[in-house]
Formats: sequence, structure tokens, C-alpha cells
Amino acid sequence: MTTLPDDRGRFGDYGGRFVPETLIPALDELEAAWRAARGDEVFQRELDDLLRRFAGRPTPLGDARRLSADAGGCRVVLKREDLCHTGAHKINNTLGQVLLARRMGKKRIIAETGAGQHGVATATAAALFGLPCEVYMGALDVERQALNVFRMQLLGARVVPVESGSRTLKDAMNEAIRAWVTNVRDTHYIIGSVAGPHPYPAMVRDFQAVIGDEARAQVQELCGRLPDAVVACVGGGSNAMGIFSAFVSDPGVKLVGVEAAGRGLASGEHGASLTKGRPGVLHGSRSYVLQTPEGQIAEAHSISAGLDYPGVGPELAYLKDEGRLTVTSATDAEALEALQYLARTEGIIPALESAHAVAAALPLARELGPGGLLMVNVSGRGDKDVEQVRRALAALAAPPGRKAKPKAARPARRSAR
Amino acid sequence: MSPATHPVAARDDRIASMFAAARDRGEAALVTYLMAGDPDLATAKAAAVACADGGTDLLEIGMPFSDPIADGPTLQRAAERALASGTTVASALEVAAHVRARSQVRLALMGYLNPVLSYGLERFFADAARSGVDAVILPDVPPEEAGELRRFADAAGVKTVFLLAPTSTEARRRAAAEVASGFLYFVSVTGVTGARRALPEDLAMRVAEVRAASPVPVVVGFGVSTPAQAHEVARLADGVVVGSALVARLAEPGSRAARAERVRRFVRSLKRAMLR
Repeated sequence: MTTLPDDRGRFGDYGGRFVPETLIPALDELEAAWRAARGDEVFQRELDDLLRRFAGRPTPLGDARRLSADAGGCRVVLKREDLCHTGAHKINNTLGQVLLARRMGKKRIIAETGAGQHGVATATAAALFGLPCEVYMGALDVERQALNVFRMQLLGARVVPVESGSRTLKDAMNEAIRAWVTNVRDTHYIIGSVAGPHPYPAMVRDFQAVIGDEARAQVQELCGRLPDAVVACVGGGSNAMGIFSAFVSDPGVKLVGVEAAGRGLASGEHGASLTKGRPGVLHGSRSYVLQTPEGQIAEAHSISAGLDYPGVGPELAYLKDEGRLTVTSATDAEALEALQYLARTEGIIPALESAHAVAAALPLARELGPGGLLMVNVSGRGDKDVEQVRRALAALAAPPGRKAKPKAARPARRSAR
Repeated sequence: MSPATHPVAARDDRIASMFAAARDRGEAALVTYLMAGDPDLATAKAAAVACADGGTDLLEIGMPFSDPIADGPTLQRAAERALASGTTVASALEVAAHVRARSQVRLALMGYLNPVLSYGLERFFADAARSGVDAVILPDVPPEEAGELRRFADAAGVKTVFLLAPTSTEARRRAAAEVASGFLYFVSVTGVTGARRALPEDLAMRVAEVRAASPVPVVVGFGVSTPAQAHEVARLADGVVVGSALVARLAEPGSRAARAERVRRFVRSLKRAMLR
């Protein structure tokens, strides 16, 4: 297990707390509650119980037989976080944080969301404990993820569309931080990724480490050994850190993070912070950030709303610099193709986020060849994305010159920044 | 750095002497805020000079950032306008130098860390000093993250101002007092920048707590938008900050000269409210 962060919340040069003073006491309070809860058997038992009896853990680890055959014989196993209640790994973290919020006596929950999976998971955990919940979501994502917006509303949450900036995840996070600054005394902010100020990156990793802990035991049971490589998609990085955390100390296990290459790494329209960003400060921590030469935060792009984020968790930045993490990427088109491929070969429709991991897994499996063992984290299921995928495929199929309606492919961004 | 190295009345300390002069006049110091490059660089320069003419004691020049987490809608929009007009950290330094060539008003640069990191910390503080800047305020840098930044600031002779909030504990007030240079900035409300109808009821008590812990003067900002509110705060603190209300006035339509005149008049009305 990794021993980082240090007591200042640093992973090497990354992490820390770059937030308005108003929030620092709340972060201190949260850090104390998290540290106490980690060593508290009653808390851990309650969380384990919720994860088993409510969230549906453990999730299975299973062979992707036809994928393995296609790849030339490398054994590929899939960790099925898509089978979690609410459809993604996000529920692991929100149940943990809602328990913490209750422990701290907070009366209200706020969250930000991109694809909506974290929003749905937060709304679910808040509903379970009867806490009022507000979810900040970029206005563009509200359009792209209409189904998840409705799910959150069904669960009793209020969805607040954010019109500022690029109207996506980063702006939702800005607005959630502002809302937290304003209501910090009675409100807990559930950050959905291993991003944000200390202790969030470490705390969210700890709540997601259940993925890696299960997967490690399962792969040893199923295959009799550790995998040669573990692949996960990276937006902020919570599913990746969750599964990687159990293998960080095994140098024989290659850790592969797959970022969103969007319309191509050279196009400037992507979400590949580790690949194309440089160290900076965004949303309370120092990490790799997509930014202009002047230090303004750049807009990220991905067909997947959950990967459409110009930052990345500080621990992933650290692991990259240390040479422990291999970073690769998949384009929108490759992710779309991988989504269809997994659907047809394995009977699993992954989330567009997870489809990025699948896209990168194929070439990696071919490289490993027969005798190789590759683990892929299927972080979420694709139900939320099917309408968007349908539109994207229709747009691709449209004859050249007769473009599909612009709105069909992607709603126009507000030009003013 | 110990508080003792920042004697309030040091002769060469321009910020300290400003507060001392205000105190001698029976006033609180008036601190105003404008965003560099909002809506364009020339207008921002004219407005900044108008602030000085109107009687501002210390002018904060905002450096726009794409993701201003401590700001409410008024300053968010100002940052968007400034970025749309091509404003950079260098433009903010240019506004400072422009004002400094015409006035001895004290100058602070205020913004978020990332553009400053991109500019380069050492170069930023050196250029700030060269442009006549007295202090730098970065609301997303709490004292515990400020080590390297303070080294370069000290080397350049630029003050680093830290913020305290209503949520700050006694321990944090002490921590801020230890690193305070120039002045401490007390955020009057639990919230982001922007006008409020009323100030918090316990403001007097909280400001008193901070002043008791602080070796340097304490200014109060966030939510102060009218001369009446400014007067109320002037009786409690060493200085009063007005930002969003001024930015909103500047943003109303009109010629460059008309906007600057509007700023000057508003600043003058605030200045009159500083008398305790």
C-alpha cells in the first residue's frame, strides 16, 4: 500500500490545499473525521455492510474470453464495477463520504458531477440517509446526460445547471466549491474523484481501494497470479486509483492509465491532462493541468462527460513522474468503437469512460501475447450513454456533405469565456 | 518570519505608513478593487487612476483567472471580460505601472495562483516590485502553502497578504498572524465575493478577535457595497475593501471617460464614509 500523502497532503510535489481560507477549517475537520473513521471498526463495519447489502459488492472479476481470443491469447479479465448499484464505482465513495458527513453532524450534501454517475451515486447515498442533496452540473452536461439528471431528481436531489466557463465538469466543481464556501458550517461537499484539496485525493482513493483489494484477491483465485498489467480510464482518476492502489507496491504489475484523447492529442480538443498538461494548481491541489501558456485553465474535450476534465488527481501525477504509471490515451472514435466491440464480443455495454480503458486494452493484450494476463477495470455501465452513442453513430453514418444537425453530435459551446 | 520583523510603523514601510496616516486622520483606509483589462486595458487604466483620484488609499488590481473559486458572479463576469480582452498577468503589471507613474496610492495585485505560477514566481515578484506594487493577495494560497512564494516576495520587498475568515479558528488566527505582512484581510462573510444586503451581526466581535491576534492592520472585505456599510465597517477595522460594487458600476455602459468619472464619484462617496 502507498504511504502517501504526507501530513501536508502532498504526493511528492503534488496535492496540497489551495483553497480559500474559509474552507481550511472544514478540511481540517474532514481530515480528522476520515483519519478517525479509518481506524474505527464500527465505521468500517457499517461501510462494509452497506457496500455488500446495498451497493452489491463484491463485484465480479471475470474472463473476457472472446476478447482474449481476438487479442491473440493474452488472458483478459474484467473487473465489473459496472455492476455496482447505480451503475458505476462512484457509489463506493459516496456511501463512505455520506457516513463521514453524518459522523461530522453535517445536515446537507452537495456534489459536482460530469457524466452524472457521481451525482446519481451521491443522490442515492443522500436519499438512503435522508439528507438533502444538491448536485452542480455543467449546463452542457445537463443536456448530454439528460437521463442521469432525471435519475438524480427521482432520487430527490436538486440539480443545479452551471452556466459559467465551459459549462462542463470543471465549472460544476468551481460552483460546488463556491456553494461549499458559502454553507461550509452545515454542509459536506462530496468530491467525486481523487482530486481537490487534501484530504480528498487520499480519502476518495481509500474509499475506492475496495475495487483493487477485491480484484487482487479475485485475480489470484481465478488465475493463480497477479496480472501483468492493470488498465483503467483516467479523468480525475478515482476508478484508476481505486484499482491501482492494491498493485502500486507490486513492481511486476504495470499500471496503465488511459486518458481521453478526444478528437486527437494534436487537435487540442482532448482531456489528456497527464499526457499534454503541465503542473499547475486547479480546484485546490497541485497536479497536471491542461492550461494556456498564461496559466488559464484550458477547456477539456471528450465524448465522455466523465473524462472531460482538465485536471487529474495528484497521486496519479506523482505515480507518472515516478515512472510507476504508464499513461496512454484513446480518442472519441476509438472509445466508441471499443464500446461497440465489448458489447458484441462480451455482452457488456460499458460506459464511454470505461470504453477508453477497453480501447487501450486491446493493443496492450496483443503486446503481452499468449501467457499474458491483463486486468481491465470496467468502471461503469453504458446505459447512461446509449442515447449519445446512438446520435454519435448516426452522425458518423450520415453521408458526407449532409452533416447531421450540429446539436445531434454535440451541442454548441457558448463562445464567450 | 516573526511578527517583530514587521513593525507597523517602520519608516520605509509604505503600507504601514498608509494605515498610520489614515489613523491620524481619524479614518479607516479605503481599499478598492478593479480587474485589470475589464472591459479592456485602456478603460481599466483610466478607472484605476480614477480610483486613486477619488481617494483610494490602496488599490487592488485583479489578475483574471478562468476558474475563480472565491468569487461571486460579479467578479466572475469581470474575469471573463478581462480574459476576452486578452488580459494577462503582464497586463495587470502594466496597469500597476501606469497608476504608479501618476500616483502614490498603494497598490496590491490580487488573483489566483496558477497564472502567477505560469508567469514564474521569482519573475512575478521582481516585476511586481518594479511596477510599484506594494503587496500581493492570492486567496487560494493559505499560509501553509506560501513558503516559496513568501521567499520571493520578501526578496523583492513585496508584502504577502493572507486572508482570515469567520470560520478561522484561534489556532489559524495565530498562524496567519505569524506570516502576516502588510495587513491581514478578514473575509467578513462565509461566502464568495459580492454585494450583500446586510453585514453579519457578529462582525464587530470577529474583527476584534482578529485585530487582537494580528501584528499588522486588519482590513475587512467581501460583501461591503455601499457607503453606509463601508462606514459601519470603518468603525471596526483598519481598512475597508469594496470590490464587486465598484466593478459593477464600471461595467455599466458609457464612454471610457464616463465610466472613469462614475468610478471616481463612487470612490469619493466611499472615502467620505471612512471617517469614523
